Amino acid sequence: MRGILSAAAYLPYHRLDRAEIAATFGKGGGRGQRTVASYDEDATTLAVEAGRLALRRGPAGVEPAALWFATTAPPYLDKTNATAVHAALRLDRSVPAFDAAGSVRSAVGALRAALAGGATTLVAAGDLRSGAPTSPDEAAGGDAGAAVLAGDADDGQVLAELIGAASLTEEFLDRWRAPGDTHAKVWEERFGESVYVPLGRDAWELALKDAGVGADEVGRVAVVGTHARSVKALGRKLGIGDGVLADDRSATVGNAGAAAPGLALTTLLEQATPGQVLALVTLADGADVLVLRATDAVAAWSPDRTVDEQVAAGGPVPYGTFLSWRGEVTVQPPNRPEPQRAAAPPSARRAEWKFGFVGSRDPSGALSLPPARISYADGSIDQGTPAPMADVPATVVTFTVDRLAYSPSPPIVFAVVDFDGGGRFPVELTDVDPDALAIGDRVEMTFRRLTTADGVHNYFWKARPVGGTNGETTS
Amino acid sequence: MSSHGIRDRVAIVGMGCTDFGEHWDRSADDLIIDAAGQALAGAGVTSDDVDAYWFGTATTAMSGIALSQALKLRAKPVTRLENYCATGSEALRNACYAVASGAYDSALALGVEKVKDAGYQGLNAPPIPTDGTQRTLTAAAMFSLVVPAYAQKYGVSEAELREVLARIAAKNHFNGARNPRAQFRREVSVETICNAPTVAGPLGVFDCAGVADGAAAALVVRAEDAHRYTDRPLYVKALSFVAGNGSGNADPDYDYTTFPEVVQAVTEAYRQAGVTDPRGQIAMAEVHDCFTPTELVLMEDLGFADRGAAWKEVLAGSFALDGDLPVNPDGGLKSFGHPVGASGLRMHFEHWLQFRGEAPPERQIATVADRRLGLVQNLGGYPGEMLCFASIVGPEPG
Repeated sequence: MRGILSAAAYLPYHRLDRAEIAATFGKGGGRGQRTVASYDEDATTLAVEAGRLALRRGPAGVEPAALWFATTAPPYLDKTNATAVHAALRLDRSVPAFDAAGSVRSAVGALRAALAGGATTLVAAGDLRSGAPTSPDEAAGGDAGAAVLAGDADDGQVLAELIGAASLTEEFLDRWRAPGDTHAKVWEERFGESVYVPLGRDAWELALKDAGVGADEVGRVAVVGTHARSVKALGRKLGIGDGVLADDRSATVGNAGAAAPGLALTTLLEQATPGQVLALVTLADGADVLVLRATDAVAAWSPDRTVDEQVAAGGPVPYGTFLSWRGEVTVQPPNRPEPQRAAAPPSARRAEWKFGFVGSRDPSGALSLPPARISYADGSIDQGTPAPMADVPATVVTFTVDRLAYSPSPPIVFAVVDFDGGGRFPVELTDVDPDALAIGDRVEMTFRRLTTADGVHNYFWKARPVGGTNGETTS
Repeated sequence: MSSHGIRDRVAIVGMGCTDFGEHWDRSADDLIIDAAGQALAGAGVTSDDVDAYWFGTATTAMSGIALSQALKLRAKPVTRLENYCATGSEALRNACYAVASGAYDSALALGVEKVKDAGYQGLNAPPIPTDGTQRTLTAAAMFSLVVPAYAQKYGVSEAELREVLARIAAKNHFNGARNPRAQFRREVSVETICNAPTVAGPLGVFDCAGVADGAAAALVVRAEDAHRYTDRPLYVKALSFVAGNGSGNADPDYDYTTFPEVVQAVTEAYRQAGVTDPRGQIAMAEVHDCFTPTELVLMEDLGFADRGAAWKEVLAGSFALDGDLPVNPDGGLKSFGHPVGASGLRMHFEHWLQFRGEAPPERQIATVADRRLGLVQNLGGYPGEMLCFASIVGPEPG
C-alpha cells in the first residue's frame, strides 16, 4: 500500500487585511486576509517549518529517504535550495535532496512522483506569492509551507492510500513570469477558463475511473490552481455532493502557489474519517488529480497545529510593512553597516549548528550553543555529545529591543532564553510584539533567513512565541 | 603559577590626551602626533629617547607601522594591539610589563581611534568571515539587558531605576562640562535624560556614551628613573586583565546584574596593590561608563557599594565630583565619547591630572589629598562575554 504517512502545513504568522490595499491606493485588494511571510522567511524556511511539523506528526522513527523541495520563489538558482531544507531537518547525508522549482505545477509533480513508489519521500513546498501593488495576484496570493511524507505501509502507518490518479498536459499560455521578474503576467482570463475547465473535467473522470470510484463516493475534494476562475468553475462541475468541496482558504490564506496542493492535502487528512475517499485537483498548465482513501489510522492521528488552528492564530501586518518586506518599496535602513555575507567554509564546517541548531552537552550536563570542544562548566575536552535543540521550548529570562542595530525590518527584539531541561542561549526573537513580551514568556525555535548579502542567504535560527501565539507564559 | 604584579616597578612620567570629538579636520596621524607630543614634551624627551612603543587601535589602523610612520620613528619596535574597548589600557599594560621586565628603560603606550570617519552611528568592527550565526545587536542593546534584570532582582521600580540611570548620566555630564578636553561640555538635566528618545530597551540617547575621535599616550619608565623626568610621577600599583570565556552566554546561573570578569579583574588589582577597603582607600575611579546601567553595576562589582545598594548610593550622590568617592571626575565616556584605542589611556590621564593637582579648580577633587590610590576600570565586550582591565595608580611609591 502506497500513500501518505504524514502531512503538515505551515502558515506564517502575519496576515494582511486586503482592505488595506484599496485604503492605500484607492483600488485593488478585496475582502478577507492573506498570509504573509515575514521579512526573515523565504520559500526554504517555510518548507523547513512545514517539514519539521510533518516529521514530528509522522510515524515515530520514520525518516525520509529522499527530499524534494518545490517552489516558484527559489531563494537560489543554480544552487540547490533543498540542501538547506535537508540540513535544517537534519536528514542523513545519504538522503538525496532535489529542487522542483520554477513552476507551480512542479509541486504536484513531485507529489505524484513520490506517491508513485520508491523510497519514503518528503515533498516539502514553500512559496511566497507576490504581485504588483493593487494587482489581483497581490491580494489573492498567500504564503505558506506544506510538506507531505509519502511511503509504503512497510515504512509506517499510512494515513491515506493512493487509489487513483490522472494527469493531463496541454501547452497554452495563461500565466507566465520571465526569469528575474517578481510579478507574473496573465492572459485574458476567459481564455484560460476555456482550457482549464475541460482539462480538469477530463482528468477528474480519468482519475475516478483509475480509482474505481464514482463521483458520488468522494467524501472530500480540494481544487487548487493558478487560475482562480477555473478553480471555482470546476468545483461546480465535479458531480459531487453538497459540502464535499473543501474550503479553498481564499478568504483566510490566499492562493499559496506551489504550497497550495500540500496545504489542501493536509487539510483533507486533518479532517478525514476512516474509509473516506479524498481527492485533490490541481490546475496548473494541465490538470492533476490524486484520489486517496483514508485508512483507519486517521482516527488515531491527532496532529497538533492543524491548518485551522494556524488560520486562527497570527497577527496583522500593516500594508506598508508588507510592501517593504516584498521589496516593493525601500524604506530608510538604520545608519549601520549592512551585514557581510556568511562565509562558505565556516558555514560548511558548522552546518550542524547553523542549519540544524545542534549544540553540545558536556558530561556534567552543561549545554554549549554553539557546540564547544571544551566545556565552560567542567573543562572537559572533546567529551561533549551533540545536543539538538531546535525542538526544545525555552523561557524568556530577560529581553531588549534594539532600535539602532541593522535589521531588514527594525527593530530587533532580542532575548536571553533558558531551554527546558537546561541550557541558555541569547537569541533574536521574531513574530513577536515587543510591547506584549514579558520575562517568563514561552518561545520555540524557528528556522529563518537572517539577512542576504551578495546574494548569499544567511540562514539560522530565531525564537518565537510558542505556536505563534504572542503572550503565552508560564510565570 | 601565580600573578605577581609589578607594584611600584614602573611609573608614568609623561601623558598626553587630545581633546575628544568629531575631528573632521584631523587625521589619525594628527591625533597620534598631538598625543605623543604632549607625553614626550612633558617628560622632556623626544621619540628617539623612547625605547619601545605599544600602539592600541581597534579599527583605525593595522600594525605598528601606522604609529612609526606618523611619528617618523627611527628603528623602534612598535607593537600594535587590539583588545576590544580596553585596547588603550592594554597598550599601557604591555608597555609597563616591557619596562618592568628590564627589556627596555622606557616605553610609550599610545592609543588612537578615528571613529567618525566611518560614517556610521556607534562603533563598528571590521568584518571577519564567519558562519553568520553571531548576534548583531548593538552594545546598547546588550547592556540594556541589565536593566530589567537589576530591577527585578532588587525590587527597584522602573521609574526609580530610570531616575538612577539618569543621575549617573547627569553626574558625568556635570563633570564633563568642567573639562575642556571632553566632547560634550554642557550639563544635562535628569529630566532631559529621562525624556530622550530610546535606543535600546529602556536606554535613551543620553544613557549611551557618544562616539568620538581622539588619542592619548603615556610614557612609562623604571620607577627608580622616574624623577629624572618629572617631580610628580604616577606609580603603577597594579595591572590586571581578564578575558572572559563567554560562559555567561551559556550559563543559566548568570543573572545579568553583575559582570564576573570585572569582579575577577578588580579583585586581582586590589590584591596587587594591597587594597582591602576600596571605599576607604581609593580616592577616585575612572570606570567604563559605556552605558548608564554599566556604571551602576560597576559600583557594586568594584566594591564601592553593597550588592543591590548602588542605586541608593547614586541617588545619595556618593560618586559625584564632591562625593565620598568621585567616579569619572573627567566626565567619563559619557562626556568624552569612546575612541576605542584611546579611552583606556584617557582614563589614566585624569588620574595624572588629579593626583598632580593639574585638574582645573572647578574639577579638582578633594579626596586625593587623603587617599593616595586611584582605580581605572576599562572593559570590552558585553554582559556574559566580557573582558576587563583594572589598574591602580598612585603618586607615591610604597
